[in-house]
Order: sequence, then structure tokens, then C-alpha cells
Amino acid sequence: MSSSKVAERAASNGHDPKGKAGPGAKGKGKADAHGGGNLVGRLTRAVTSQVASRIPVADLDERDPDYIRERLPQLWMLASIYFRGEVRGLGNVPETGPVLLVGNHSGGNLTPDTSVFTLAFNTYFGVERAFYQLAHNLVLSMPGLSFLRKFGTVAASPENAQKALESGAALLVYPGGDYEVHRPFWERNRVDFDGRKGFIRLALEHDVPIVPVVSIGGQETALFLSRGETLSRLLRLDKLFRMKVLPISLAPPWGLNIGDMSGHIPLPAKITVEALAPIDLRAEFGKNPDLDEVYDHIVRLMQETLDALAAERRLPVIG
Amino acid sequence: MRVAATTEISAPAEAIWKLVSDPTRYLEFMSGVTRWEVQSEEPTGLGARYRMLLLVGSAEIGGLIEVVEWNDGSDLAWNSVTGIDQRGRWRLRERTRGRTHVELRLSYGVAGAGLSGWISERLAGPIVSGHLRRSVQQLKRLVEHEQLRVSAAERRKARAAA
Repeated sequence: MSSSKVAERAASNGHDPKGKAGPGAKGKGKADAHGGGNLVGRLTRAVTSQVASRIPVADLDERDPDYIRERLPQLWMLASIYFRGEVRGLGNVPETGPVLLVGNHSGGNLTPDTSVFTLAFNTYFGVERAFYQLAHNLVLSMPGLSFLRKFGTVAASPENAQKALESGAALLVYPGGDYEVHRPFWERNRVDFDGRKGFIRLALEHDVPIVPVVSIGGQETALFLSRGETLSRLLRLDKLFRMKVLPISLAPPWGLNIGDMSGHIPLPAKITVEALAPIDLRAEFGKNPDLDEVYDHIVRLMQETLDALAAERRLPVIG
Repeated sequence: MRVAATTEISAPAEAIWKLVSDPTRYLEFMSGVTRWEVQSEEPTGLGARYRMLLLVGSAEIGGLIEVVEWNDGSDLAWNSVTGIDQRGRWRLRERTRGRTHVELRLSYGVAGAGLSGWISERLAGPIVSGHLRRSVQQLKRLVEHEQLRVSAAERRKARAAA
């Protein structure tokens, strides 16, 4: 694929073609500046270009209600039998109109909490209600995961979020992203958005309510040891793939699992998800809400709920 | 997959029909049902539509249903419009005076889901079956207790008149 086409596709996903990853900006991006003309540099450019070319163009129409409906039995078995999922408070999600669902993220690259919540949302509101989830570029570019687009998963970018909300859909975002999802096991009951407030700006721009979605159990599906931030910086993955972490965990079948790129077999931890009451930002915080105040409020609400859910659990994994 | 539950209720079919034909009372006796809301202009009768959800495992499953058969005092059947495929039926038969045989049937599935659909239907079977069994038992208690209250009120009235 030519560099201009790659840049075009990346731009349509909301990425700055001249941005940090700059996969398509041959000879212009930082990767090139760092990579130089040596073998390592060329290899790095080839890999980033491959990844970028795999990021699908954001098309909300790729969500396929019939496909989702036919996959509900599989999701139901996974959620109900393997993860013994329990989803509470879906009545808090407004019945109609756009809504921003803001979740804490757990479970490494497999994120079982998303599967459990996706099933619950689609059966509760019906597959006819448009529901999108933002995911990391790498997730969408992984071979074998293209089916996620049929479930309504689109690359995480402000443009895609805007498109989804403007279409009147429910949108699930995980502000903590890869940073939160790979937090160590001993921080499993902690909401950690790393100070990211983009979701608040998004809700204000589109004047949509925020529904916090708190989940527990996902971080017990493997023994997550470290985010590997230093390792990621050393390998310049943050610049190349927007990956601020290179997680290290103990997980079947690999044992020591570095990067979690090939996924792992998640332990059958009990997953509980709770949707909280909707927050109308302007009604609660005035016409021009202070982002820090809103952020602290939402994180506190979610943390308190997570603490309550944690208090219900007797043992990790077992629940 | 089809599941059913039956019971004998010591009450005339008319008294039971009052409950099973009233969508506002479903949450009182239907086990596992989290919603049974009227979605049509006419709350009852042929063509009435409800949004119903039944908790099965980790999901509330159901959707929009429509009444497709309505025989006063004996049969009420519905079909799904959206959500999973389902067909349900209340069947009331007054075998002797003041004693009614009640049957609740439910067929469900997801067309096009293939083998995973077949397996999940069977795995969900005991849960759905348990909900149906508890529903008819709760219906029996509700109706019979109402019957007791009615007969007690009649006795009091008779005593007061004497």
C-alpha cells in the first residue's frame, strides 16, 4: 500500500498523518528520524506501515445487527458460564438517544468485561440500538479480530467518537485505555484513567449524558505484574504504535507473557459490571464545567462503586 | 427449545385469567422477569405489544413481543417481534368447578446461530425451566390467597348480615 493511501486511511480514522506514529509519512515522521537508514530503522518502518495499513477505515455502517444477534449465544455462553457475569443497573442507561458510557478497563488485551457488557447491552436494548465501542488501533489491526468491527468496535479517535454520538448511538469508551488495562494485579481494584479527560470534552461538545460503567474481575483473569512502561519507552513503542506500555504478566498458556500480543487464555474470574446513574454535566456542574472537577467527581463515583464491588468478593477469580 | 411448567390452581379460570391477562401484574408472579411493559396503544387483547426481559445467566433476554392469540379465559399466546425468537402461551383449563389446570409454555432460540445456538439453548434450558416453574407456583399462591381473602370477606359479610 502506498504511503499516501496509508496516510489517507489513518486520517480517516482520526489520526494525524504527520503525527507521532507517522506510519504513512515516509521520510517525514519521527520514526524515520530515529530509524535512520539502517536495517533496524527500515524494519521498524515496515512494521509500523503494516500495522497502519491494517487499521480499518472507520465506518459505522460496518456494525451488523444480524451478525451480533447470531453471535449472542456464543457471547452468552462465554459471559454466563465461563465468566459467571453479572450486569447491574442497565436501567440507568437512557432508553434512547446518544449516551457516553465510560468504563474502567481490565483484563489485558482480551478485556472480558467488554464482552460481558456488550452481551448485556445488546440483549437489554436489542441489537437494533446502535452501540459502538472505541478500541486501540492495535486491537483492530490484529489478524483474526476483524469481526469486532461487526460488533461496532471502531478505532479510538475523537473523530470516530464524534461520528458515533452524532449518529445518536450509545458509545462505550475506556479513558484509561492500554494504561489502565495492564495495571498490575495488586492495583486491580483501582480506577486509573491516567488523568485523561478527553471523554469529558466529548460529552460536553455533544451535550450527551455520561453513564459510568464499573467492572470488577477482569484484572483477575491473569497475574498482571507490570505495565512495562520503561520497556515500552526503550523500544520506542510509544512513538511507533501509541503503546505506552509493554505489559508483563503470568498467563496461560505462555507462562511469562510479555506484550500480550498473542492474547492469553483468561482465567475464569467472575466478572461483575454495574452501570451508574447518568450524569448530565451541564445540569450538575453549570454551563462551563471545570474539567478537573468533573474528572474527580466521576473517578470518585467509580472508585467508590468499585470498592463496594470489591467488598462483595471473597476471593480473587472465584468472586 | 421448548420448556413448560404446569400446576393445578384451586380457583376458577376466570380468576386466573384476570392476572395472566393483566400486563401490569406480571412482575408480581413471573420469576426472572425484569420488565413487562406495554408498548402498544391497547394494553391487552390481540395485537397488544410488550417489552419483556427475562434474566437468564448474565443477560436479560427478551425483546418486543406481540399477542397473537387471545381467547378470553383460556388461551393467551405471544410471538417475538424483536430480540430472541420466542413463542409463549398461557393455557387455562377448568377441569372441575373451581379447579383449573394451568400451563405456561415457552419456545425460544436464535435463528441462524448454528451449533452454538443449539448448545446455548440447552445450557439455558434449566434456568428458563426453573423460571417457568417458579412463575406458575407464584401464580398459584397469588390466586389462591386472593381466593381465600374473597371467601373470608364473604363469610364476614354473611355473619354480619345474620
